[in-house]
Amino acid sequence: MMPELRLDSSLVRRAREAARSIAAHALEEIEPNTTVGVERAVLRLLGVEGLTEDGVPWVNVIVDDLLGRGLLGRGAASWIVNVHLSEGLSLEAVAERIATGALDPEAVPRVAPDLLRESMYSMAGRALETMDRERARRNESHSRLGQGSYPLRYLIVATGDIEEDVVQARAAARQGADIIAVIRHTAQSLLDYVPEDGTMEGVGGTIANRDNFRIMRRALDEVSEELGRYIFLTNYCSGLCMPEMAVLGAQEGLDVMLNDSMYGVIFRDINMVRTFIDQHFSRAVLARAGMMINTGEDNYLTTADAFLKAHTVLASQFINEQFALMSGLQPGQIGLGHAFEISPRIEDSFLHELAQAQLVRQVFPDCPVKYMPPTKHMTGNIFQGNVQDALFNAVSVITGQSVHLLGMPTEAIHTPHVHDRYLSLENVDYVFRAMRHLGEEVTFRPGGRVEERAAKVLGDAAEMLDRVADLGLMEAISRAMFADIPRSRKGGKGLDGVVPKWDDYCNPVADLLEKGRTTS
Amino acid sequence: MSRGENRVTPYGDTRGDGAIQLSFTLPMAAGEKARRAAVILLTKMGFTEARVVLMEAMDPEFTYFIVYARTTESVDVSSIVVHEAEYEVMEPEEINRTIQETFGRKIVVIGACIGSDAHTVGIDAIMNMKGYDMHKGLESYAGIRAVNLGAQVPCETLVAQAVEEGADALLVSQVVTQKNAHLKNLTRLIEILEAEGLAETMVLIVGGPQVTPELAKELGYDAGFGRGTFPEHVASFLVQEMARRENRGENRG
Repeated sequence: MMPELRLDSSLVRRAREAARSIAAHALEEIEPNTTVGVERAVLRLLGVEGLTEDGVPWVNVIVDDLLGRGLLGRGAASWIVNVHLSEGLSLEAVAERIATGALDPEAVPRVAPDLLRESMYSMAGRALETMDRERARRNESHSRLGQGSYPLRYLIVATGDIEEDVVQARAAARQGADIIAVIRHTAQSLLDYVPEDGTMEGVGGTIANRDNFRIMRRALDEVSEELGRYIFLTNYCSGLCMPEMAVLGAQEGLDVMLNDSMYGVIFRDINMVRTFIDQHFSRAVLARAGMMINTGEDNYLTTADAFLKAHTVLASQFINEQFALMSGLQPGQIGLGHAFEISPRIEDSFLHELAQAQLVRQVFPDCPVKYMPPTKHMTGNIFQGNVQDALFNAVSVITGQSVHLLGMPTEAIHTPHVHDRYLSLENVDYVFRAMRHLGEEVTFRPGGRVEERAAKVLGDAAEMLDRVADLGLMEAISRAMFADIPRSRKGGKGLDGVVPKWDDYCNPVADLLEKGRTTS
Repeated sequence: MSRGENRVTPYGDTRGDGAIQLSFTLPMAAGEKARRAAVILLTKMGFTEARVVLMEAMDPEFTYFIVYARTTESVDVSSIVVHEAEYEVMEPEEINRTIQETFGRKIVVIGACIGSDAHTVGIDAIMNMKGYDMHKGLESYAGIRAVNLGAQVPCETLVAQAVEEGADALLVSQVVTQKNAHLKNLTRLIEILEAEGLAETMVLIVGGPQVTPELAKELGYDAGFGRGTFPEHVASFLVQEMARRENRGENRG
């Protein structure tokens, strides 16, 4: 049992209702469109794999070709499966002919519409069965081995080389990590293709692709067996290839993916229409794969002030929750993010952090809330940094956070050295052990500082959501209501990959995912 | 000590004791062998009296050490020449007043994280209205037009934008230093500016947690700002540097 703040439940309902209307309207607005990212993801699921001689993924060549011919609005699957049936070619052969310019999909005779639909849906069905098998495999080892206790210890590896990542991940797991996140190559989010040419070396992180997912999954499976404790694997489902990353993650046995409804728009200047379409499809895939998403509200606080803008975090969490539910994710899969980023110079900063963490915990009781460590006010004084992390750890265990990203004393200095993680885990172990049941022993003083702060943040968030609901989400973003950064509806990267759907558009995967939701 | 020398060595609890604390990991199992290895390593590095105060097995393959040792080395600080950007820190009102009096117009600052760097936390802290830790950013200065281009701006775009906006200063941020990505990006920007004949027409400032004034000078920038920099530091340097150039008749005024 955890301590309870007395919150105005009507305010929580009002905020959630506003968020529901915000998300529903945004989805309505984007519904008439698809994106190159979604279409590539569909092709991957149908089994189009491989690269051209120049190292360009087939799926990019095909989708760009359809886009160039003005045909993508019918959906990539319709064209490719038609050629496959009509010409009796394997998917690989279809891809190759399109890539070499030897085939105009429009010039190929159309097979009977019923046959086309039947084939598309049976191929999509097989793709989902493959994903389901991977999910079952993960579930089996998770239930057999069990997992660490909450808050789960989430650690990052970021060497840029998957083989070195494996060494560090194994060490971290042995030292007590429950979740390993492999940081991705800097700026991969802005690549409109998945680099698959076996490139191992990344800058600032490791290239996220199928091979590297597989290598790390295998390593973590081995170390899970060795430790008798299931180790979760995290990577990114964000950027211009968001839908494809969801597919690769689902197929290669990842457990967690970083996936935010607005992060790319605000922090990577990716077009908002593109992002909203991509996140909706991605989340449907992740839902089916039984994976957890982590949202990125912590990032707001690295630009905006954590004390003054705390309500924007809560407001964004409400919106992320609604988008996630509308894509078919269950509350248990929605890892909403927040962070311990209030300036340590502010008096009672610990109380304000406690208020925020407890507020988030209570407002989203069934979500595996993910708590992020101090970064903005880490100075290079590693000793003081360890103290800041200790306070962060205390808030986490007192308020019962689900996923705990370990703070590093060397934050803002370098990507963690192997002993930075060790010291950080030692810190967490001590604080979690020493304060394990503190939350059960204390109550918040009614009307006291913590309750008052939580009430203010909740009130401000509800008010903000009302305003966003009035304006519409896209307009609100263009007015810099999130993270103080304005982004326009027609601006940002990737808008040229947004395509209006034709009347006979078909995305067999999205349709089956939708059907699976309504019938289950 | 010869005349004019001023030698320093680390201070633990007695002047001249040369006390140093170190921590590191050896990729081997903990034990007597590992302890000896740590001491030998420090001895080879020139330390004396190495004392392993902590040897902890992080796992079967890695061992963590905290070691205290002494150095017999010292440094003559009187012989060190540094290239610190020389400026006096002014308050925002004073900066605005100086700009008005000296230039009679708004000065234009264009900022960006260049190359592959997506970490805008530094440039945002200096440029955005909000600033950092209650120190308002350049956007809030009446005398400055601050244009923050944000993350992952190609050097060419930054230069083109600077020309278009008639920039007085470029402010580039580099946070990611893995595999020396920052050096490549920063060098490239200077090369482009020089090729275009623009290097002397703008004040070039670089910032980032690993940036030092020396590094900035070495790469061809006018100043480098590291950790602990506030917006008024950058603004103070900028107006003083611009005034110096104007006096020298270098500025296009």
